[in-house]
Amino acid sequence: MAPEAKTDPIATRHGYGDALADLGERHEEVVALDADLAVSTQAIKFGKRFPERFFNVGAAEANMMSMACGLAASGKVPYCSTFAIFAAGRAYDQVRLGIAHNELKVRIGASHGGVSLGEDGASHQMIEDVALMRALPRMTVVIPADYNQAYRATAESYERDEPMYMRFGRPATPIVYEEIPESLGTGVDVLREGKDITLIATGHMVWRAIEAAESLETEDGVEAEVVNVSIVKPLHSETILESLSKTGVAVTAEEHRVVGGLADAVRQVAAEQHPVPIFAVGMGDEFGVSGTGEACMEHFGLTARGIADRAREALVLKPIVSRPPLFGPEWT
Amino acid sequence: MTAHTLDPLVPPAANLAAVRHLTPVPDPKPPPKLAEREEAKPRITELERWATVLRIDCVRMLAVAKSGHLDSSLSAADIVTALYYRVLRHDPEKPSWPARDRFVLCKGHAAPIQYAALAQHGYFPLEDLMGLRQIGAQLQGHPDMRRTPGVEVSTGSLGQGLSMCVGIALALRLDGLDETAQVFGVLSDGDCQEGQTWEAATAAIHFGVPNITAVVDYNHLQTDGTTEEVMDIGDVRAKFEAFGWDAVAIDGHDMGQVVEALERSRTLRKPAAIVAETKKGKGVSAMEGRFGFHGKPPPPELAAEALEELMATLDEQTKGLAGADGGDS
Repeated sequence: MAPEAKTDPIATRHGYGDALADLGERHEEVVALDADLAVSTQAIKFGKRFPERFFNVGAAEANMMSMACGLAASGKVPYCSTFAIFAAGRAYDQVRLGIAHNELKVRIGASHGGVSLGEDGASHQMIEDVALMRALPRMTVVIPADYNQAYRATAESYERDEPMYMRFGRPATPIVYEEIPESLGTGVDVLREGKDITLIATGHMVWRAIEAAESLETEDGVEAEVVNVSIVKPLHSETILESLSKTGVAVTAEEHRVVGGLADAVRQVAAEQHPVPIFAVGMGDEFGVSGTGEACMEHFGLTARGIADRAREALVLKPIVSRPPLFGPEWT
Repeated sequence: MTAHTLDPLVPPAANLAAVRHLTPVPDPKPPPKLAEREEAKPRITELERWATVLRIDCVRMLAVAKSGHLDSSLSAADIVTALYYRVLRHDPEKPSWPARDRFVLCKGHAAPIQYAALAQHGYFPLEDLMGLRQIGAQLQGHPDMRRTPGVEVSTGSLGQGLSMCVGIALALRLDGLDETAQVFGVLSDGDCQEGQTWEAATAAIHFGVPNITAVVDYNHLQTDGTTEEVMDIGDVRAKFEAFGWDAVAIDGHDMGQVVEALERSRTLRKPAAIVAETKKGKGVSAMEGRFGFHGKPPPPELAAEALEELMATLDEQTKGLAGADGGDS
């Protein structure tokens, strides 16, 4: 069936839940596991349609990941849903040995990533999952920017073979892609062209980066290029390097620690192949706090204004003379 | 016997010649094929002899590798032999046969005993056993499904194995194979210290998985001391029973008891735990039930002594078989 694109703000986890249920319809070997958060993760939609293929393990995330390993080793395609904090944190060892090491076709649907889950506070706000999952050999890390891209990411995940960590969010967020994209492509999309600075964002920060670009244009006359990175690992470096060579300066934006996340991934590529100043918007050396989701984002400067301010600082350091990038092997 | 070392600068074949007495040789009484086993089940005395064959392979592997868990492999030898030589419906000629029984070595550190059983059954050449834990070889320190034929799933991090068994059992159910294919997990006492094992035990009952057998190789010794000193796990049988499992306690070195418990478990149609009282290092007097060998390879003198003792046991068992008519199956 043709999926229906959303136009109003809606959480990316709904894109996951809708696509997962549709995958269940098309592929009998798709199974879903959840750890008592099926409504929150939206895996419930699959569970209601395919109860015999849905396993709610209760509050036992480690068991869930190892069970998924057993299921995948026996030919099933498991989708494991829980909060990012438990998926990447509590069950890290199970994900590491049973899923990543074994190169099994298991998909981890990690909802409620970042601080925007809000009120539950630091114990639940996962800000280092991308770092953990990026560090895992053979693991692909996907962070969709909106509902429509989340739907495609989930649907497309079935077509790929490698283990995959997909990060979704709790709050309703504005739509970035008007249609459900046909593919994630390289996982690096230029959403807005510009010549002065590159804003490289992922997940919930993408729509904010677009807003930041608009304010930079109206307030400062700066033409910012906005790049959405939906596949953080393996990072397709070519588009990023092309943009860096054009603008000569960049700001990354993520709802995650700047250590180990998008900022490090981009800086790694740039440092070897096209060193330019790259500033980062993200979580510093601190844990989250309680508050509404939006209040938390503001508290940590994870806003359009935060990105724009960082861009203004970065522009000061922009090199006067630019040079073309040295293309080399892709970083993973 | 003298100490033998592998010289990294000498080609592997020459190395093997230097350690000829450590090189596994084909068993003159090879494992029966699946069809033969289904026709006539191997006798207990035959199984006891094969357990010695596997123990000898383990000592040889560890002596060459100079690394690994010998005593943990020896304690599980009788259980693994009963499974591979009699109970498991497996076929090395079609290792991916969907309706096969599944073996999961939850206590992945006992990999040598599984490798020995797999090699003796022809999943890979016997010579490969000599590559244990060496760079470029397929036999990793812990079982690796991507490198070793016959390994269903990679293990080595305690506590994960029983959950993997539950996942495999659920997949079999979805494929309509749970009536025929049984999932056998071999756990250590360390596995029973990990909380995840009990998450899995809960889930197996909750999901009504009918085809799981968990064998606990309860050898009471771990890295830092006895399980009673380090972290007493108490009456493991009663724990499994309290979780809703069928649970029996047996002598894990009494081949008759091991076989009976394993064969009974697959008729139950509910999760079954077999708590096998075992001795670490079983079969080698100098190691049996003694603390201090966990994770340590046998020094050359001990390996030589162990091989001599096990070879003598094997001779005795082989003679016994030659003299007997059988009938104890």
